[in-house]
Amino acid sequence: MGHDQKYVDKKYEVVGTRFNRPDGIDKVTGKARYGADASAPGQLVGRVLRSPHAHAQILKINTKKAEKLPGVKSVVTFEDMPDLTGGDQGLADILENCMARGRALYDGHAVAAVAAVDEQTAAKALKLIDVKYKKLPHVTDVDEAMSESAPVIHDRIITRGVEPAPTKPSNISARTQMGYGDVDAGFAEADVIVEKTYKTEQTHQGYIEPHACLASVNPDGTAELWVTTQGHFVFRNVCASLLGFDIAKLKVTSSEIGGGFGGKTHVWAEPVALALSRKANRPVKLVMGRDEVFRATGPTSSTSIDVKMGAKKDGTITAAVAEMRYQGGAFPGNWAMLACMTAFACYDIKNNKSIGWDVIVNRPKVAAYRAPSAPMAAFAVESTIDVLAKEIGVSPIDMRLKNVAREGTVAPYGPTYGPIGIEHTLQAVKDHPHMRAKLKKNQGRGVACGFWFNIGGQTCTDLNIGVDGTVNLTLGTVDVGGSRSSMAMIAAEELGIPYEQVRANIADTTSLGHNDMTEGSRGTFSSGMATVFAARDAISVLKQRAAKMWGVPEEDVVWENGQAVATGTGHGNLPPLTLKEIAAKSGRTGGPIAGHNEVTADGAGMGFASHICDVEVDPETGRSTIVRYTVVQDAGKAINPDYVEGQFQGGATQGIGWALNEEYIYGKDGCLQNPGFLDYRIPVCSDLPFIDTKILEVPNPLHPYGVRGVGETSIVPPLAAVGNAIANATGVRMTHAPMSPPRVLAAIDDRENAG
Amino acid sequence: MSNATLVSTTVNGDPVQFACPTDESLMTALRNRVGLTGVKEGCGTGDCGACSITLDGDLVCSCLVLGVEAEGREVATVEGLSADGELHPLQQKFIDHAALQCGICTPGFLVAAKALLDRNPNPNETEIRYALAGNLCRCTGYDKIVHAVQAAAKDMRKKKRR
Repeated sequence: MGHDQKYVDKKYEVVGTRFNRPDGIDKVTGKARYGADASAPGQLVGRVLRSPHAHAQILKINTKKAEKLPGVKSVVTFEDMPDLTGGDQGLADILENCMARGRALYDGHAVAAVAAVDEQTAAKALKLIDVKYKKLPHVTDVDEAMSESAPVIHDRIITRGVEPAPTKPSNISARTQMGYGDVDAGFAEADVIVEKTYKTEQTHQGYIEPHACLASVNPDGTAELWVTTQGHFVFRNVCASLLGFDIAKLKVTSSEIGGGFGGKTHVWAEPVALALSRKANRPVKLVMGRDEVFRATGPTSSTSIDVKMGAKKDGTITAAVAEMRYQGGAFPGNWAMLACMTAFACYDIKNNKSIGWDVIVNRPKVAAYRAPSAPMAAFAVESTIDVLAKEIGVSPIDMRLKNVAREGTVAPYGPTYGPIGIEHTLQAVKDHPHMRAKLKKNQGRGVACGFWFNIGGQTCTDLNIGVDGTVNLTLGTVDVGGSRSSMAMIAAEELGIPYEQVRANIADTTSLGHNDMTEGSRGTFSSGMATVFAARDAISVLKQRAAKMWGVPEEDVVWENGQAVATGTGHGNLPPLTLKEIAAKSGRTGGPIAGHNEVTADGAGMGFASHICDVEVDPETGRSTIVRYTVVQDAGKAINPDYVEGQFQGGATQGIGWALNEEYIYGKDGCLQNPGFLDYRIPVCSDLPFIDTKILEVPNPLHPYGVRGVGETSIVPPLAAVGNAIANATGVRMTHAPMSPPRVLAAIDDRENAG
Repeated sequence: MSNATLVSTTVNGDPVQFACPTDESLMTALRNRVGLTGVKEGCGTGDCGACSITLDGDLVCSCLVLGVEAEGREVATVEGLSADGELHPLQQKFIDHAALQCGICTPGFLVAAKALLDRNPNPNETEIRYALAGNLCRCTGYDKIVHAVQAAAKDMRKKKRR
């Protein structure tokens, strides 16, 4: 049944208020079951052997000794995971990333795996696997990887997007270009031109729960997988394709997820666990250690970015060019393309051009990390705008407002914006009391903006009404940040019943149609839309049943405030029938009452934010401390404001960590030197002040409740907001993130030596 | 299981026995042998605090303690926080203040926050932040966690006065 997805302005009863989440009690009592918390009868312990080299040919893998160790039930290498990808290079890359095939492509690349009766035996067995390597030249730096002299990692890579196509392979997998206008003419009009080069280091999503799964494969080809994932339907499809299972015969259940931020959208060890289980004919539980998480999963790109922007004396930006180099790890990615799409998206710049280079290096395969690729581009662009504003002599906020994108602005990546909230966030920042707070010695204030598309995608939802009138809402989008409460609120709103009457559950893959990943800030947008439509579906059934109970025509029944009301002449005096009353009689009026919706949600509203950061820099040590921080973001409509604020605060904090401390450090040997939380330092509680938030609501016209995504935009502005604050505190412009104490101190020293 | 040792201990007030290898961490023993999977493993190196428990009242990372070290001691985990069917004020305030998103760090935060309030019923914001600095949360930015601990402390002081 078709439903109208257009936004309708109305007064809400449930949506927009604050309710406790349905999974709260399980999570505060330790009952909630995450990836590593499930067990199966006879389960084995799976462990993965990983390459100690950045790049090496694998001459021989001898597993005989390990196989003979008592208690070892299976050992697998790439030979146990034959290539069934049938020419799908993307899938073949995933397979090769899960298990090396002849070559180890990065430090930590899986080479073999074992399943044994206990952890001690599995650990011993790993040591008994003899791998003969021949080390190959490696490259881990994005700029070095692009040079002529760099070792070429894949002979098959010919740069896409270059005309004429190169004749020789290189580490550059693709070139992307976007934008419009004539940038040369634009720069000719400019009174001031600023040109700068930036670098950002590689960071990890840093979810506290390591990857974990429990796999069980039967000889008849049926299989089950319990896994921490952002999308169990996609995991099912990918794992089934890689291992040759029928999709319907692999049942995947998503556990509670202990953080994902994009890093749990990709399969890593799950196909390996399934292969181990298939060979052992027993369930296998495979849980990664933290070092494995850092070495072999998820990080985002390290980058190198040139930005050139020109403006007139009145602040009008006349031209902007960005050339951005993003490494995707050991396999091709589209990360620089996303950078091109987002770099100038906050602004209306007549002449703009973005060029992206996707580059392959000997590092783990890059995965999405919250608004993937946008924070680095924003660091470069938003820093440059501040420099430009300073040279012209206008305030950074006014400079941004002067050039801000509005409804009707053509985005650099093509579409024309509908109603968007960037101007609203900037105005709110300008008016915010934070902007008037007094700064002390060594303190500075910075402002920066950010953009993320938000996406929709395939979604399928069921809504079943019990005979007592309580409602089971069955969802297929994994709840990564409290979405079960938001979905239950939407169902309650639509049906006109109390929130407590709805229970929202995430279904396994055998219980519901396909749902795409919870990614791209799509959970509340897409599942929210499907929930509205499923509820409306159920309401039409409820009205039919009420009509039957009354013996009146269906068209004379309307649904108001959780009850059926008879309208029209002749039955005006019938008392309304509540949802509970109709449900109680459902067995005699046609059977169970349910609503359903499957949709490819389209029309996600773009998300924009502006952040204010106050920082204090210790001139003796270069250490920066955040003293005040404010997030202003357009949510479209905040379904449950508590968790919208949580997304704002969490994203800002990840961005602050990236800005100040977090980075992958590779040695000359190409090996990761800091694969642990001691040396890869994410923000701790004592690093931060309270993070103030302001939710703006510029409704998305293409969602029934006006919802935009809110999960990702908040990580985009912080790098530049912090950098701009440091510049204002010290007079030193940082162009290399993280702006860690040694880097800031060196920059301060350089200036003093120079001057 | 080689080199298994029988350990007699008290967990959340109950007598408990388990056999574990001498090199196995208390975290692993609690999770895999006692069945208390509310004790979470985030790193196994004492850096994230997700496995926080108290041992004779002292806050420790259970991944840095051997299972055999629990012999004759009092272990308290998140599973022992609520009593008589009622949530501990910290648990209730964490829910009320939306102080959890994914929730994987929550058990460790609750145990660490209880250890703080047991010794200091009226901590200021800085004291709370430093007492919880050994517990990593990647979702919340700690804002709502600190607010929840403040609210729970207030609630507990009020209850005590009554």
